[in-house]
Amino acid sequence: MAAPLKADYAFDTEDLESSAKIVKFVILKKHQEQDAAQEHELASFEEIMLPHMDAAHNLAKWLLRNEEDAQDVVQEAYLRAFKSFAGFHGSNGRAWLLTIVRNTSYTLLKKNRVVDLTTTFDEEIHASGHESVNPVTILEHSEDAELIREAMDELPAEFREILTLRHQEGLSYKEIANIAQIPPGTVMSRLARARAKLKEYLAARIGKEK
Amino acid sequence: MNCEEATKLMDGYLDGELDPITSQTIEQHLRDCRNCEQAYEANGALIRAVGSAIPYYKAPAELRERIQSSLREEIAERPTRNVARDAQPPFPRRQSEPRTILLGTPWNWLGLAAAIIFAAIVALNLMPRLQRPGADQFLATQLIASHVRSLMANHLTDVASSDQHTVKPWLDAKLDFAPAVVDLSSEGFPLVGGRLDYLDNRSVAALVYQRRKHFINLFVWPAESNATGATKAITHQGYQLLHWADPDFNYWAVSDVNDKDLQAFKQLFEERIARH
Repeated sequence: MAAPLKADYAFDTEDLESSAKIVKFVILKKHQEQDAAQEHELASFEEIMLPHMDAAHNLAKWLLRNEEDAQDVVQEAYLRAFKSFAGFHGSNGRAWLLTIVRNTSYTLLKKNRVVDLTTTFDEEIHASGHESVNPVTILEHSEDAELIREAMDELPAEFREILTLRHQEGLSYKEIANIAQIPPGTVMSRLARARAKLKEYLAARIGKEK
Repeated sequence: MNCEEATKLMDGYLDGELDPITSQTIEQHLRDCRNCEQAYEANGALIRAVGSAIPYYKAPAELRERIQSSLREEIAERPTRNVARDAQPPFPRRQSEPRTILLGTPWNWLGLAAAIIFAAIVALNLMPRLQRPGADQFLATQLIASHVRSLMANHLTDVASSDQHTVKPWLDAKLDFAPAVVDLSSEGFPLVGGRLDYLDNRSVAALVYQRRKHFINLFVWPAESNATGATKAITHQGYQLLHWADPDFNYWAVSDVNDKDLQAFKQLFEERIARH
């Protein structure tokens, strides 16, 4: 009787040990699966979003006019995008990322109390006598990149933003409306105001040079 | 159109965001008005300058590295994984628990894992077949692309005429087949003109009709067999597509009008052709 009992006991222990091993194995497997799932999520995020880093950086740089801030904002935007990547089902990764970059930029602008967010401020301060801009003068100076860059840098943020989105990213009115969170009907009029302001500033600079 | 209106719409015109009819009205005004034309050119030059002359601030290489490593840190800090890793393994230290649970749990897990892997394999094998668009779907995409392209300013028609006797000879001269062209003005679908297009690896005729403010592109090319196909209606990307065939030709009508209007259009078109 003693021998079979012992054998039974041995079997039991061995069995329990092996099932413990299986549990450990499964937990390890689960960790590996979790890791693999996260690796996979990261890989597909990077594949979709990293190609738009230049666009993100360009928009942030134009909005913040400061390289360090721009890089911080882009990094922050990528983190935010990754955290909500599960909710992204669209096809337009660039527009989605740019929306986040824009919002992050504005948060920083507001925190730094940069008050150039709206045109009202700008129009009060910069009211000048260059309303009627001679088209020929503009034509003559349209090659002068430095002049145009300076004039653009002077514009309020919402104008810099819309000009960048339209002319550097080539986005449609509908996409711009989504990113800038304005009604589609407003895009054309804001672009018109942005261009008019840009012409005005250009004219002012051309006037100074002479 | 006067200067004030033209100025208001100028930016939309420059950006190619206006509907074809408004674009045409602006073009007409620019031809007539020296001032607006000059303003248009200056704006155009400025826009091109903004697009090409001002710097595009590309992301420096180190930013990419920074972002990639911060994303990896983010993953490492995720609470789900830490909890799982720090958690006590769910097997008992004491051997008093019933064996069935000990044995049952892991095998269920493995079974579940196997089921997931099996489902994934099945899905991966089936997916490409499911996602591969049918020939019709592909053609539909092409048709819609042609339709949308045609609505961008100045591309609607090669020959703009509401007279079927102008459009037909023009098309006949350009194509190796002679599609029937009928004007349906009296039925509320005036002929706007004709255009050459390229679809499904061949030159096709595009007849342009108008329905109120909407346009209908009717693509026509010779039928490959004599079989008269069944009418097929597809809705894709918000556009209505209607396909039918007679013994001579394939017809595809594409528009953003509603399905009923397009069906009516097809019926009128066929009736009129039959009378010819």
